[in-house]
Amino acid sequence: MEVFIQQLINGITLGSIYGLIAIGYTMVFGIIGMVNFAHGDVFMVSAFVALIAFLFVTAWLGIASITVALLIVLIVAMLFTSLVNWVIERLAYRPLRGSFRLAPLISAIGMSIFLSNFVQVTQGPRNKAIPPIVRGEIILMDHNNYAVALSYKQLIIWGVTAVLLAAFWYLVAKTRLGRAQRACEQDQKMAALVGVNVDRTISMTFVIAAALAAVAGTMYLMYYGVVSFSDGFVPGVKAFTAAVLGGIGSLPGAVIGGLLIGLIETFWSAYFTIDYKDVAAFSVLAITLIFLPQGLFGRPDVEKV
Amino acid sequence: MARGDNLLKVEHLTMRFGGLVAVDNLSWQAREGDITALIGPNGAGKTTVFNCITGFYKPTEGRIALRHGDAAVWDELESLTERGKRHITTAGGSLFQLERMPDFLVTQQARVARTFQNIRLFAGMTLLENLLVAQHNSLMLASGYTLLGVLGFPSYRAAERAAVDVAREWLDRVGLLDRADDPAGDLPYGAQRRLEIARAMCTDPVLLCLDEPAAGLNPRESAELNELLLSIRDKYGLSILLIEHDMSVVMEISDHVIVLDYGVKISDGTPEEIRNDPKVIAAYLGVADEEVEKVEAEVGL
Amino acid sequence: MDKPASSTGVDFVHAAKEACVTAAITFAVLLPLIGFETVSNIDNKLVLHMRWGLLFSIVAIVGVGRLLMALVIAPWLAQRRMRPVAPATSSWLSAVGRWFGPFAVGFAIVYPILVLSTSGFSGALKWVDNFGIQILIYVMLGWGLNIVVGLAGLLDLGYVAFYAVGAYSYALLAKEFGFSFWILLPLAGILSSFWGILLGFPVLRLRGDYLAIVTLAFGEIIRLVLVNFVDLTNGYAGISSIPRPSFFGIPFNADDNGFAAVFGLPFTPVYRTIFLYYLILALCFLTAFVTVRLRRLPVGRAWEALREDEIACRSLGINTTNTKLTAFSIGAMFGGFAGSFFAARQGFISPESFTFLESATVLSIVVLGGMGSQIGVAVAAIFFIGGTEIMRDLDFLKQIFGSSFDPTQYRMLLFGFGMVIIMVFRPRGLVSTRSPSIFLKERKTISSDLVNEGHG
Repeated sequence: MEVFIQQLINGITLGSIYGLIAIGYTMVFGIIGMVNFAHGDVFMVSAFVALIAFLFVTAWLGIASITVALLIVLIVAMLFTSLVNWVIERLAYRPLRGSFRLAPLISAIGMSIFLSNFVQVTQGPRNKAIPPIVRGEIILMDHNNYAVALSYKQLIIWGVTAVLLAAFWYLVAKTRLGRAQRACEQDQKMAALVGVNVDRTISMTFVIAAALAAVAGTMYLMYYGVVSFSDGFVPGVKAFTAAVLGGIGSLPGAVIGGLLIGLIETFWSAYFTIDYKDVAAFSVLAITLIFLPQGLFGRPDVEKV
Repeated sequence: MARGDNLLKVEHLTMRFGGLVAVDNLSWQAREGDITALIGPNGAGKTTVFNCITGFYKPTEGRIALRHGDAAVWDELESLTERGKRHITTAGGSLFQLERMPDFLVTQQARVARTFQNIRLFAGMTLLENLLVAQHNSLMLASGYTLLGVLGFPSYRAAERAAVDVAREWLDRVGLLDRADDPAGDLPYGAQRRLEIARAMCTDPVLLCLDEPAAGLNPRESAELNELLLSIRDKYGLSILLIEHDMSVVMEISDHVIVLDYGVKISDGTPEEIRNDPKVIAAYLGVADEEVEKVEAEVGL
Repeated sequence: MDKPASSTGVDFVHAAKEACVTAAITFAVLLPLIGFETVSNIDNKLVLHMRWGLLFSIVAIVGVGRLLMALVIAPWLAQRRMRPVAPATSSWLSAVGRWFGPFAVGFAIVYPILVLSTSGFSGALKWVDNFGIQILIYVMLGWGLNIVVGLAGLLDLGYVAFYAVGAYSYALLAKEFGFSFWILLPLAGILSSFWGILLGFPVLRLRGDYLAIVTLAFGEIIRLVLVNFVDLTNGYAGISSIPRPSFFGIPFNADDNGFAAVFGLPFTPVYRTIFLYYLILALCFLTAFVTVRLRRLPVGRAWEALREDEIACRSLGINTTNTKLTAFSIGAMFGGFAGSFFAARQGFISPESFTFLESATVLSIVVLGGMGSQIGVAVAAIFFIGGTEIMRDLDFLKQIFGSSFDPTQYRMLLFGFGMVIIMVFRPRGLVSTRSPSIFLKERKTISSDLVNEGHG
């Protein structure tokens, strides 16, 4: 029981990170029907930006307050990652809009390879570790010498994720931009005809996706305290799995899918073997796509004859 | 194969998409050697019926049966249904229960061919290739399911030559022979419609289902289409099922017309009978029954 | 303000403004990752180093480049576009197209002899092995995947799985049972195609990107199983001392009954390499021959029809599931051949050779080559693989950039960049036209605008 609750806490934490990345996949797929293969690497880049910002803020500026430092790091990471993704969309995807279907996917794969190798070349191939930023935990229960702990960093992740998801939900559901996005999802040409700036809406989608990935990247760095250039691929695929599981195109689906993937992974590692935990995630992806391609919350795809 | 016996029976056909009832308890029959037209206003469920017949949709309820050979084989229908099989073959002929068959078997075994409302040609392949793809199943057999073909057996080469001859004959019939080596996507709209019919004919069907073949044709092309369809019926003894909005085509060439509205059959008969059915006029013009006569008088019927 | 669209007046102010904006954006994008470097200090703690010099030089290059683009290149391109295209070039191109295939085949056959005669025994090893064999393996993989992606229009991101199945089949069966290469080569192909059917069956009804992602998942699952199933595969450590192929029973070694001794030649490892070269060349020819044949058979036409329009295929009585499965399994079979050759050539395999990056490489070769075109795929393989192999070799760059500069680091960076650039400028690949499989009077090439790229 104690193990179960502890894994539940760990799973939700991991799942929040996956959920934040998954939203990026789902939004981009919803609006331009493309699997943004480079999104996992955008997440990795954001973790590096957060790392550099953290070192800059603590060592160079000498800010001692952890709260202020984290806040600055988060904002800096979101800003720079958004800019990076905006440029990526401009250079690598926009010229291919309306072209041959495979082209954006190949371009995204190329961008993914480019980003991870760019980070490897500029920052070196080794793992980058930082000392723990946030220490301390709350002991929830202590039974049979097994203490169920909720660490402060987990609490921070839950809190930040919840606040940002609320802000994001407001942005998509209540603002002009959100309306424009939904219009472009339905029919880009028609949206353009009624005065929606399609290019800008798509750009903004990439910007928002990157900002949420940057939140995930910052949280990832804070949680694990280590990041390397190759950390984009596997979390990226898992987040994509989350998006598919929730129903690609569905925003609440992405969050719930992320939580589920996080839980599946931690429980698998706890109760079965840790060796095959990635196999479990990939199997969930394959099984979902085969048996439930519309996911949990997606609209079924009716074949038009 | 005497003309006039039932070829196709559609019984109690119902198709629901979620809450929407596209076709509701629809029953009708098509006779062998007839051109049967399915008409009705937009959204009446005509294409849905087509998709059920050709296996692209699985109907929610109902039975669709098709006969090959002797009409006596209809007696086997109930036992076929009871036994839960797809088809039954007797000495005189075969009976197929189409709603039980996957789409490709409807064409391959029950020999029902179709065209599409929004033309579906293989745009990047030449006209000749389009017609050869249509003869896939017989050529597949001749190529020993690819094995003999890869090894270069002569039997396949002979079969391919025969298939090219069939294709040439159909290209000639639809007037596209000199464009045989052009990609299908390069053809003008009217020619694409004709090519799609020729391609369907190359599958060697007993029933040809055409979804709005005259849509987008000019009056001359439309007249040519009429001729083509009549010649297919008369020369090959083929039965044709037709969805059409162009009343000049429907009235001129069909032997039998079925009118749908909101997924329900509202009329069934010869073109003459349909023309004078007040319910049909009401459905098309959208007026209440009692006003029909007034409207008729206005439009001069 | 209205600007006259004359070709003479170049708006310098506007161009300068754009260049400044571009430079500013470049600066902002590169500031964190190039402006700062994270390095471990003596206490093994991360500290930041600044790289202002590098950052500002890149920003300056980009800014000036943008300025030149607006002032010089764009007007020049616009002017060029105004000029009518000379008709002579197209006939020249078609002549090149016609003679390129036979010329390439001839060149591939004499290549080892050419290399031997120019660079001698020791130099030849590198050129035949690193360039010849390496490129030909990818040509074969590209042609195999071309059947799946290029002809049938099924996007497969897990092709490397079949390559791995072929390699591990050969390695394990040869080590455990001592079967010869010539028995195991077809066996590995059959096993791979069996896996192709097994994996293909549940997933082939998925369409588009979904199929791509499931195949990616399968590819990764197979790799992870290879990593974790240590009892069978020895995990990350891989399988070593895999038996090498013999010359029809005569081994390539320094023994008295070895190849060199039997033919009365002095012993050198080059013979084996040359033999392997001709072996993979023969396998490539086999792949090409079978593919060309298949395209003219009903199954090949059905593949292309499937790529064009799956629903129309079904309306013509084609069993699309079986058709897709044949494409998948035949593609997998060639992947398996290539895999068993790879294992036999290396003598050592480990899961590291079968990562997603390999699938992505083969796929980009196919897409860059122009889907469905054999010559295009071969040219793309030479370009990509040869290019990245040459990158290993550019030691002279160290003299320019200093001794800490390692050109091999930039291999994959440029590879990814190249993929993006090629997609942006040539999304349909090098050879984008389609040649019909049969004709009545004359064979006309079909423009890529009409050819569909498939939805599954």
